[in-house]
Amino acid sequence: MEIMTPFKFFRVVFSLSLQSPVDGKPMLLTPEESIQIQNRIGADIIMALDDVVKTTTKGPRIEEAMYRTLRWIDRDLCVKGLVERNLPGYAIGGLAGGEDKDSFWRVVAQCTASLPEDKPRYVMGVGYPLDIVVCSALGADMYDCVYPTRTARFGTALVPEGVLKLKHKAMADDIRPVDPTCECMVCKNYTRAYIHCLVTKDAMGSQLLSYHNLYYMLKLSRDLHSSIVRGQFPQFVCQFLQKMFPEGDVPEWVCNAMEVAGIDISSCCAPFPMSHDEHQTIYESKWVA
Amino acid sequence: MKFRVKAWSKTGRSRVGELELGSCPHTFETPALLLSTRKGLPHFISPQLLPSLPSPDSFLLQCNPLHFIEGIPFETVSRIGGLHDMLGLREYALAAAPRDSDVCIPESNSSNKFGASFETPSGRHLIKPIEYMKMISSTKPDLWTTLADEVPAWVSQKRNRTSVDRTVKWLDECIGQNVTGGAVFGSIVGGSSIEERQRCAQEIARRNVSGYWIGGFGLGESMEQRPALLHAVVTNLPEEKPRQIFGLSLPEEVLQGISAGVDLFDSTYIYDLTIGGLALTFPVNGTEPHPSDYQLNDNVSDFTKINLKATIYRKDESPILDSCNCYTCQNHTKAYINHLLNVHEMLAQTLLEIHNTHHYLALFRTIREAIKGDRFEEFKHKFIQGRREASVL
Repeated sequence: MEIMTPFKFFRVVFSLSLQSPVDGKPMLLTPEESIQIQNRIGADIIMALDDVVKTTTKGPRIEEAMYRTLRWIDRDLCVKGLVERNLPGYAIGGLAGGEDKDSFWRVVAQCTASLPEDKPRYVMGVGYPLDIVVCSALGADMYDCVYPTRTARFGTALVPEGVLKLKHKAMADDIRPVDPTCECMVCKNYTRAYIHCLVTKDAMGSQLLSYHNLYYMLKLSRDLHSSIVRGQFPQFVCQFLQKMFPEGDVPEWVCNAMEVAGIDISSCCAPFPMSHDEHQTIYESKWVA
Repeated sequence: MKFRVKAWSKTGRSRVGELELGSCPHTFETPALLLSTRKGLPHFISPQLLPSLPSPDSFLLQCNPLHFIEGIPFETVSRIGGLHDMLGLREYALAAAPRDSDVCIPESNSSNKFGASFETPSGRHLIKPIEYMKMISSTKPDLWTTLADEVPAWVSQKRNRTSVDRTVKWLDECIGQNVTGGAVFGSIVGGSSIEERQRCAQEIARRNVSGYWIGGFGLGESMEQRPALLHAVVTNLPEEKPRQIFGLSLPEEVLQGISAGVDLFDSTYIYDLTIGGLALTFPVNGTEPHPSDYQLNDNVSDFTKINLKATIYRKDESPILDSCNCYTCQNHTKAYINHLLNVHEMLAQTLLEIHNTHHYLALFRTIREAIKGDRFEEFKHKFIQGRREASVL
């Protein structure tokens, strides 16, 4: 089993200032301690500590962060006693902090373009199914995100059309499964109506939706992988986008990213795509009847 | 429903029986515990983990139809096909009663001649027999109890008498609705009055029901009062029909009920322990040694259960109980559960509910063996003595 160890970063000194997940008190973490802890809990993949700045930051702070991160990696390598110059993989961090989508995909594209082809690229904190499809098109390999389980606890299910808000009154007498195309235990046994009466009130509601959402994400990964292996990745992307945007209103940032990735999605885009703002409103209020 | 008594205790009224319910393929041995549920599913054990619980004991579930009020329309429950289909529990036996002690609590002051009042998460509801029967006909449980006017132990004689009259009347109204399928258990009340308990039992025994639900306990009466009240009820009921009781939670109370001749027990004990971060550790068969941590104070252990939130478990790499073969004890340590409780992870409750359910079902199994071997009164005496001695140390 793989355990990845993400941390939440706040400010930076010689070590990292973090918030303890147990009592919320601030604590300091040095690069050496970070590696030690990750080794002790038996992680298969461990991350070097990085100095995180917001993608929107400009100016000398970025350079400072870059050099500091490099110094920390050198310290980590010394600590581990490795002499290798090559690192086994790379993580792209500092995203998923609420930056706009246009910046987000450009940063990912830039990183994947400059990182070695034969090492895994892990985009930390991503994310929404659409973001994962786009990043995969741009050459990313691994992801982690709390989104599927967190959104489940709020009563939201992930479905091919986007999201389904089980809390909504209309769900109370809807006897279809959450996702009729899904083969998971929850979709095979339970109705939207029953889950509706559980969500946000009973722990079991969170469990059932978390189960489905995780199954959905794992299936998405598997489908992305197998479509690439079969040489049908662009078709898969088109099918994915068609289900999510049946009116052809694929967001502009997705179109731009796919263009850079070299994936032709013209068959799923409406002739006159809407502006970014118009699309945001529809995407956020979308639920499936 | 089919019930027959297989073994009698030569002293006392305890007995072992066999129960078959509805289309459930399992045969249940009694005395048995009905596992409590919230809206039909366990509180924390998700459906795909249920098969890891002991079989067939864990296939007998309690379900309170009132949990669905204002959550899902009963017409929708009908359209789905009833509880078994809605819950994905087609091989399980579901027993419905309108009472539980954490979500739907009888509000006797607001009950009136039309119906019984309950405090629920969606507010106070007055449930009339006709409405209750609509719930029963749409949920289609394997067994259901009639609507009762339960009152606490301290009410006046007059109020108590009224509760018996109403309960008998509502039983007739419920049965009169002619809802087919599902075994009906007549409800018996009477508070803490021996005469009223007797009167109610005699009236209900005259009706055409498959079994009896003894209500009104766990509402303020003391453990000392209970044996006489139970005796007054059970001695007026036919031997060959099963008796179910709500509200006897602790092992001592269960043993009391079994001595009196009760067959089915329904309580929220496991849930209450679980949300308190408590794990059962008492020796199940009375001859096992006690857990060896005699130095511990009350907050941590009372020799029947341990509080896994306590800091002494932070580094304890042993399972809750070495001898337990539940999923939790086979895979996890006290330290891990302590950590989960500290960081407020739901997995803690899932693991605790699994262990506590396992442990309590094991107690019931041991009790049945003791009755079959005609050793029940001795077992009961030793068990209770053992717990008293351990708490004195």
